[in-house]
This record gives sequence, C-alpha cells and structure tokens, in this order.
Amino acid sequence: MSLLRIENIEKYYGNKSSLTKAIDGISFSVDKGEFISIMGASGSGKTTLLNCISTIDRVTAGHIYLEDEDVTAIKGKALNRFRREKLGFIFQDFNLLDTLTAYENIGLALSIQKRPAAEIEKAVHTVAEQLGITDVLNKYPYQMSGGQKQRVASARAIVTSPKLVLADEPTGALDSKSSKMLLERFNFLNHELDTTIMMVTHDSFTASYASRVIFIKDGKLFHEISRGGDSRKQFFDKIIDVVTLLGGDVSDAL
Amino acid sequence: MLFKLSLNNIRKSLRDYAIYFFTLVIGVSVFYVFNAIGGQAAMMRVNDSQYNIVYLLKVAISGTSVFVAGVLGLLIVYASRFLMKRRNKEFALYMTLGMSKGKISAILLIETLIIGIGSLFIGLLAGIGLSQLMSALVANLFEADMTAYKFTVSGEAIIKTIIYFAVMYLVVMIFNSFVVTKMKLIDLMQSGKRSEQIKLKNPWFCVIVFLLAAAALGYAYYQVGWNSKMIERNQMILYVALGCISTVLIFWSVSGMLLRVLMSMKRSYYRGLNAFTFRQISSTVNTMVLSMSVICLMLFLTICALTSAFTVRNAMNSNIKNLCPADFEYYTSLVPDEPTEYNSFTEMCEKNGYDLSEDFDKCVDVMVYTDNDLTFEKFFGDTLKKVQADFPFMQSDITETIMTVSDYNAVMDLYGKDKLTLGENEFIMLCNYKPMVNFRNEVLGTNNEITVFGRTLKSKYDECTDGAVDLSADRTNMGIIIVPDDVKDDSSIGAEYFIGNYRSDDKEAAEKIVLEKIDQVDRDTAGMRNADFFVKTSKIEICTAMIGLGAILTFLGLYIGLVFLIASGVILALKVLSESTDSIGRYEMLRKIGAEENEISRSLFRQTGIFFILPLLLGILHSVFGIKFAVYFMESFGIEKIFESTVITSAILLFIYGGYFLVTYFSSRSIIRDKR
Repeated sequence: MSLLRIENIEKYYGNKSSLTKAIDGISFSVDKGEFISIMGASGSGKTTLLNCISTIDRVTAGHIYLEDEDVTAIKGKALNRFRREKLGFIFQDFNLLDTLTAYENIGLALSIQKRPAAEIEKAVHTVAEQLGITDVLNKYPYQMSGGQKQRVASARAIVTSPKLVLADEPTGALDSKSSKMLLERFNFLNHELDTTIMMVTHDSFTASYASRVIFIKDGKLFHEISRGGDSRKQFFDKIIDVVTLLGGDVSDAL
Repeated sequence: MLFKLSLNNIRKSLRDYAIYFFTLVIGVSVFYVFNAIGGQAAMMRVNDSQYNIVYLLKVAISGTSVFVAGVLGLLIVYASRFLMKRRNKEFALYMTLGMSKGKISAILLIETLIIGIGSLFIGLLAGIGLSQLMSALVANLFEADMTAYKFTVSGEAIIKTIIYFAVMYLVVMIFNSFVVTKMKLIDLMQSGKRSEQIKLKNPWFCVIVFLLAAAALGYAYYQVGWNSKMIERNQMILYVALGCISTVLIFWSVSGMLLRVLMSMKRSYYRGLNAFTFRQISSTVNTMVLSMSVICLMLFLTICALTSAFTVRNAMNSNIKNLCPADFEYYTSLVPDEPTEYNSFTEMCEKNGYDLSEDFDKCVDVMVYTDNDLTFEKFFGDTLKKVQADFPFMQSDITETIMTVSDYNAVMDLYGKDKLTLGENEFIMLCNYKPMVNFRNEVLGTNNEITVFGRTLKSKYDECTDGAVDLSADRTNMGIIIVPDDVKDDSSIGAEYFIGNYRSDDKEAAEKIVLEKIDQVDRDTAGMRNADFFVKTSKIEICTAMIGLGAILTFLGLYIGLVFLIASGVILALKVLSESTDSIGRYEMLRKIGAEENEISRSLFRQTGIFFILPLLLGILHSVFGIKFAVYFMESFGIEKIFESTVITSAILLFIYGGYFLVTYFSSRSIIRDKR
C-alpha cells in the first residue's frame, strides 16, 4: 500500500509574461518503509517538490495524498498540526536552534506536541542512542561537529515517529566521513525502525544509499531506478550512468 | 546616483527605520510642545504676577531643554548606531563593488539628512497639534480663561527645535562617518554569521553577587528611606552610586540565575515552546545587562519626578484652602523700646483717613509678644545641638513668639477653625512645620515647663498642636506659644497681625483698592511707627505664586519624565526588534517542525514582556524608597495627595511605556511573520 501518492502536480512561479514551471506534471508514489532519493541538477525543481510535499509551499495544480489524506487541501492551523504529527524534517544547514542544547532541540519537537516531560526524556534518550549522540545531548550546536549536528537534527525529525521523514540535501554541509556515518544511520532507521525517508540530493554517493532513486529534469520526471538486489556499489554505478545521461550540473557534482 | 541609492535604502529598510523615525518625531514634538508653553500661556488671560511665573517657567524649561537635548542626542546616536550594525552586509557589498568609504559616508549623510528633515517636519506638525492640547493643561494649571484662546504656533519654539535637532543630527552624521572610516571589510562580511556562545555564568558566583547587591541595595534603601535627615550630601552621592552599581549587579546576576531557576522547573520548562522562550530570554537578557540597568534608573527617575511634582502641586492646591483661610494679612514687625505715634495698624489707618471697615467685612488686629528670656536655647535646652544640626541657620538667641489665647481664638474665629481653651497655668505649643514639630515634641515629652514673663507654665499637651496664624502657602510655622490672657507684657510686643476678609465678592478688584489705600497710608506715615518692617500678604498673591510654582514643577516633571520614558521605550524596542530580526530563522524553524502560530506569538509576547517588566519592577522598587526620601522634603508642602499622584504617574507610565511595549510586540510579530 502506498504511503505517499503524488498525482500530476504542477508549480508555477511568476506571472503571465514570464512563467517558470518549477514542477511540470510529476506523479509517483512512495510505499511505506521505502528510502527514496530524488536527484536532479540545481534548478530542476527537486527542492520545490519537497516543499510542496511538506506543505511549506503550495502546489499550483494536482494533488498530494499522505495516507489518503489530501495534503494540498489542508489549510491554516491544521497545517501546523499535520506537520508536527505526520512529518519529520532534516535540512542541509541543520536548522538547529542555536540557543538550545541538543537535548532541548530534540525535546522541543515533542513538547510542541504537548507531551509530558517524563515521556520526552525517555523518547529523547532512546532516539539519541539509535543515532549515537548520547554524549553530545548537553552540548550546544556551536560545540558540535557538522555530523553530530545533522544527527541531532535527524533525531529531532524522527523522535515524533512521523509517517514520513523529508531530508533536503542532508549531507550537503558534511565531509565525506560524516556523510557516510549519517547515511548509515538513515539505513538503520529505514531497516530497523521501518521509517519512510524521502531525501533530496544531487550527490550520487548519497543517493546510492536509497532503495529507489527518482531523477528530475526541468520540473519533469526523467527516470527512476530501483536498487533491487544490487549492492550499494553496483547501484552507485547505475546512478552514475543515469547522471551522465542527464548531463549538466549533476555530473560536475560527482 | 548616491541620492537615489539613499532614498531606496530608506524605502527598503522602512521597517527598521520606522521605530527610529517614530522616536525622532516624538522627540521633536515633545521638545516643541514644552518650549512653546511660554507662548501658549501668553495667549491666555492671566494676571500680571502670572506673567512673571510664565517667564520663570520659560527659563526653567529652556534650562531643562539643554539636558533633554543631551538625552535625546545620546538616544539618537544609540539608535543610529543600531541601524548601522544591521546594515553591515550592505556596506560590505558596497565595498566589494569598490565604493570608497567617503561615498558610503555620503550615502549615510544623505540618509540622515532625509530622515532628519522628514522627522523634523512631521515632528513639528505633530508638536503644533499637540501643543493645542497642552494649552488646555496650561489653562487648567494657571486657572486661566480659555475663551480668548486662538490656535497658536510658536515661531521661537520652532526655531529652537530646529537648531537643537540640527546639532543632534550633525553629531550623528559625524559619528556615522567616524564609524564608516573604522570599518573593515572582513568584519563586515562575517557579521552575519552569528556564532554567539552561550556563556553560562557560574551559578554560585551569581547567587553571591546577587546577595551582595541586594544587601547593598537594602542598606542604601534603609539609609535613604529611614535615615533621611541624617544624610549629608557626600553620603547621598555614595548611596546613589551604591544604588546604581547594585542595579547593574542585580541585573547581571539575575541574567545568570534566571535560566538555571527556570530549567530546574522541569515540567514547565519542557512544555510547549517554554524551553525556547526561556533560552531566548536568557540569551537576550545576558546581552542587555547594561541597557536594562540604564532603563531601570531612567524609569526610577521618571516615577520619582512625576510623583513628586504632582504631589507638591496637589498639596499646594489643597494648602491654599487650608493654610490661606483669609483674604489679606498685614504683618508689622515691631521694636518694643522705640517711640511710636500709633498703637496699632487699625489706629494708624483710621487716623490717616482710611476706615478699614469700608473694605473689610470681618477682620482682626492682634499682637504677638516676645520675652527676651524665652529663646530657642531656653526652650530646647540640650536638644538645641540636634536642632541646629538640622537647621544650621537657627541662632540660639532668637526669641520664641508668644500669643494670648483670646487673640488666637479671635483669629480662628475669622478663619472658621477650631478654638483652643487653656487652664490658668498652661500653655500650648502651636507648630505645623513637621521637622520642627518632631524636635519640639521631644522637648515637650520630657520637660514640659517654661517660664513666660516670670510665670511658670505647664504644657497642656505633651506634643505640639497643629496650626498657624500666618497666611501661608505651606506648613512653615516654626512655633507659637499660646498663653493665658493675663500672661502678657504690653511693653514687649514683637509684632502685629492684621488679618481680614474683603467685603466685595470681586476679590481682585477689592484687593486693588485695598492695596492702593494702604500704600497711601504707608507713605503718609513713613517712620512714624516703631516698625522695622512690614509685609503684606494676600490669598490671591499666594495662590498665584503657588499655582505658578505648581505649574513649573508639573511641567518640568512631565518634560523630564516623558523624555526618559520615551528613551527607555526606544532602547528596549530597538533591542527587541533587532533580536526578532536575528531570530527570524529560529521562528521559521519552529513553524517547520509544526509549532502553532499562536504558540509562537505567545512565546514572543512573553519574551517582550519580560524585557519590559524586569527593569520596570526594579525601577518601581527603587522609586518606593526614592519617594520615601522625597517625602521627607515634601513634608512642608504636605503629602496628603501622594496616593492620587501615584495613580496619575502610573497612568502616564502605563500609557507610554505600555504603548511602547505593544508597538514593539506587534512590530516584532510582523517581523517574524513576514518572511513566510
């Protein structure tokens, strides 16, 4: 059964005289427990797509269903509730609150849901263990490395047990070692906790950790490949092939 | 080209400039309104002696204006420095594009000029409008007739305002150019990257500092509040300095402890956005220790100035009714041993063709006596040293004033006040000047016998009786001894009081006639009486002087109070607004993880509220003791109306400070919502 269903969505910017089609008729669906990567050159519309799914941005046309609920029809206050109950976010620049400690950053996602303090404490410690950040819980963002920050951000995203975790270039600001570590954690979350993850990236190495990769070019679906039984290395090679086909910026970013 | 750039900059950063502009406009209009008061009052029908008061008021306001200009100038420099900091990125862009520092200075210069001229123009317009409202207040204070009033514009005040503000803007321009020449490109470019470290202060050290500061403050409070009369000037400076330093230390230590305390309350800390709110508050309070202290002290001064001014003014108005129960008094100080043609004022007038009953329907003419053996020294004995410490001008050989009980009762009859009864060998001490009352009570409590003209009298009460014979604006009767009628010596008459009420209902006209006639008598009889001087006092004269003094105090209190309030409001508003701008990302983040909009608003409301309330709380606490100290000095005026004054002060405070709070809250809310 599909968790997320995207039906022919379009997103236009600008006015009549100069119209930009950021997304031009994209449809696909994501099953529960999948780890999906969306690839495309800069300006291909992948971040716009993510913003539309996460209700940060609104589509011009088309529908997005999460568990058969039409996301595009949610309005006002219900949007905030939808976001905090159904979605988890991970951003390229971590987006941690610099005034709070790691513990408080993670706990904030729960306290916004008005969970009691005792439950928050338990949940934060559990998720911190899963992501290997127990020892930095009392540190402030400026005291942590980039990898640690991103894992804290990931912990915040999954601590509420969301239906779908959306990650926007999560490895963008990390060195290769930290990237690898983070992605392995994503795999762990995906396999062991059955978390559904949707990740936007332009880095083939990052994308190769996913179970399926969707390629976007100029706001349209270009191609899509599944990992199947391949090893990560084999899958990486396949991705490289498509990227070469795609041409342009993405190949520069290898 | 530069001009266009400047203009667009202003348009673009209109929101940042709004509060700056708003402040300038208020500053200009307040400055104009107060400096235009002279012209306002002149338009009204006020009498001659009030013209003098109006002149005095103008002088006082001019003097205060220099000080006010200084405060406003500092404020403007502060605000403009603030705006400069916000624009570091922009300056960096100019510099990377190869613009010279001179050109950047020129841009700033043009901006300041545009803003300056704009604010002056709007401020003056607002000021002219407001000053019409102020006229109502002026008329009320001077009890003048408003019917002749016309719309006025004071050219003098306009010119003055323009000159003062031109100088202030000039200072800002010089300051800005100075800052620009000091700028380094690398600092400018990195200015956006906030990696502010949260330095948690050692909590125990904070607690110790807090306790020390609180103790020091308590000591200063005690000295100022309960030991008021023992304080010398040097000590006063010490206590004020102690208070200021303690204020800073208290804010410093509270900023360190605040978060710890809040964090320890686990349940509320992890509820909703509380963790975020508390962190925001503590990080901002940490950077605001000094400005909060300054604001706290300014609020303290404002509250004290306003309350004292209103108290004195209100007391004066009620004093007039209480302490001026008759229309006219003619006081003659007599020299007992010298020869004289007339035995009394009434006789003197009559023999010179002026029948006082023509103009007075009720009057008394009484004598007071002095006994050369009954001096202050005699009365006070050992206590004299203490008295002289408080009243250094009091010489020990000054004689006490003595009055017979029936003379006193005659005066009271005229005043419509309670009379006194006295036993054969009794006396009553009449005194209403509080500090003196205290000393006299001390003496009366221990030794209540005195010798008057060879007769030993015993005090009827062991304390002074409240009252006075003179017409006066305030409680200044240092002491009159009321004795039985047979205890007097006609050869030692010290002075004479003639007190009366005018027959006519038109008091002003009556007074004019009376004064003319009495002046004529005085001229005709010059040197014929054993008088060394005489004083004419009238209710109208006292009223005018009192009202004038009250008006001056009210205006000066309002002037300084308003300016300080505005200054505090602006400093806080700028801080909070810039904090909000810096935190846009954080709020955006909160929204992304699903925080409700009204939760976010509540968080912002709390943050803004705390910043406004913290200095206010300490300021109010300071004021309680400050006013207690002021009360000591206001006692001679009477302090019955202090509650009313406090209410008025609170209303003004609430209106302006509260207004700034709301404006700040709503504009920061629009800042953090805008980026969506």
